Amino acid sequence: MGDAQRPGGVGSTDIGTGRAEAQASFVDFKDVWLAYSDELEANHEFAIENINLQTRDGEFIAIVGPSGCGKSTFMKLATGLKQPTRGHIRIDGSKVNGPLKIVGMAFQAPTLLPWRTTIDNVLLPLEIVEPYRSQFRSRRAEFAERAKTLLATVGLGGYEDKFPWELSGGMQQRASICRALIHEPKMLLLDEPFGALDAFTREELWNVLRDLWTLQHFNVILVTHDLREATYLADTIYVMSRRPGRIVARREVDLPRPRDLEITYSKPFADLVLELREQIGAIRKH
Amino acid sequence: MAMNSKALRLAPVLLLIAVLLIWEIVCRALEVSEFIFPAPSAIIASLIEFAGVIATHAWRTFWTTMVGFAIAIAVGVLLGFLIGSSRMAYAAVYPLMTAFNALPKAAFVPILVVWFGIGAGPAILTAFLISFFPIMVNIATGLATLEPELEDVLRVLGAKRTDVLFKVGLPRSLPYFFASLKVAITLAFVGTTVSEMTASNEGIGYLLISAGSALRMPLAFAGLVVIAAMAMAMYELFAYIEKHTTGWAHRGA
Repeated sequence: MGDAQRPGGVGSTDIGTGRAEAQASFVDFKDVWLAYSDELEANHEFAIENINLQTRDGEFIAIVGPSGCGKSTFMKLATGLKQPTRGHIRIDGSKVNGPLKIVGMAFQAPTLLPWRTTIDNVLLPLEIVEPYRSQFRSRRAEFAERAKTLLATVGLGGYEDKFPWELSGGMQQRASICRALIHEPKMLLLDEPFGALDAFTREELWNVLRDLWTLQHFNVILVTHDLREATYLADTIYVMSRRPGRIVARREVDLPRPRDLEITYSKPFADLVLELREQIGAIRKH
Repeated sequence: MAMNSKALRLAPVLLLIAVLLIWEIVCRALEVSEFIFPAPSAIIASLIEFAGVIATHAWRTFWTTMVGFAIAIAVGVLLGFLIGSSRMAYAAVYPLMTAFNALPKAAFVPILVVWFGIGAGPAILTAFLISFFPIMVNIATGLATLEPELEDVLRVLGAKRTDVLFKVGLPRSLPYFFASLKVAITLAFVGTTVSEMTASNEGIGYLLISAGSALRMPLAFAGLVVIAAMAMAMYELFAYIEKHTTGWAHRGA
């Protein structure tokens, strides 16, 4: 099943349906290694090693793994907040040199700015990212409409003028996702976005995310420790090993779409989750 | 006891009245001499008798303090921004500033007189020198302690450092700023008064010295009361502005 951690060995094993790789990948990680500093690199202490990962346009991928395996490091590389020590990263064909404006990101904590209303929080990326930034004043009404529609889609219609502390955790997280999508990014990065929510709110937000993605078909990279979440939402799941993080397995999720919460209680779903769980369990034992 | 807002607002007034009553009673009961410790009734009598004179001096103290304070805000915010946004500046400037701030500004007054002559100049500058430090420190702290999570939200979008400082850092530091204003205004009045006591022919500081030398203690105390009233009025003003601009930070209250 999972690849043993041979030094310098191949980083991933395909145990899925063996599909041919798409010609042009949207996200392209090639032989990527990251050490947090030069001394660590000299000591061969890498945070993540030999990551090879290609996604198709509009694909929804999930990355699962034990704590501390380097999932957040992976995120930093994908967003351009960190440069790889070795290897290349390309997103939408161009090399990643710094933070990209075609990317939206949501974190585990909603981190909405408390002095701004919900709608002003959602509009924040448009004040930063070109070309919206220079047109912000002239097109403000149009942008506000867009934000309102987005908020309504996730169920926050009517809450535009509330402050973040007046919203519950789940509502703040929904607003955070709207903020990540307002500038129409081609890729959405989610770093354990639903980890702090209760089970019911979480399932609700899975569907919110599923519906948004179905509508707009941006790429999604979802980092999560919840295997059911990964299996419910993703097209492909990558399993990372413990530190130094390597991709030890790649599993295509062949459950048919559109997916309802009911399939999470079906046998194929449960089998898949069990399979992933055993892999991670095996990793944790070492 | 119900903590309604009316009770909270009346509390300082009631306390003040209680203190004044006790003060008056103690003075009369122990027959304290007016030269040593005037009773509130004597002070109020002086206030009324010398109202015009006091008003002139109070106005002088007030406007010189306001000018010095305004300069302090400008310089404090600027330096605070500089120090808080650059680790190099923080490391280089902070220790020297602390050393400077430890010097008693009263000692500066003679120097300022030599440079600027007697009168409003030294008063304004002393007020400024003594009150800009808390403002600078608070702004610098607010910026330097910006949570990385808040910063990341913008950095991920490719925001420049100035974007982060202006859109997140400064608004986040506003509560600290207002806190520093409340401290700084009291220091500013101290600065002005101290300067006027040795290097001016107008202002409450001058009034204190001249009333003291004429042994008119109730008048001197009246001068002190006027300063206290001015400082308190400014404090209430800042508290009001603070409540209306940083309501988001006080939601726990």
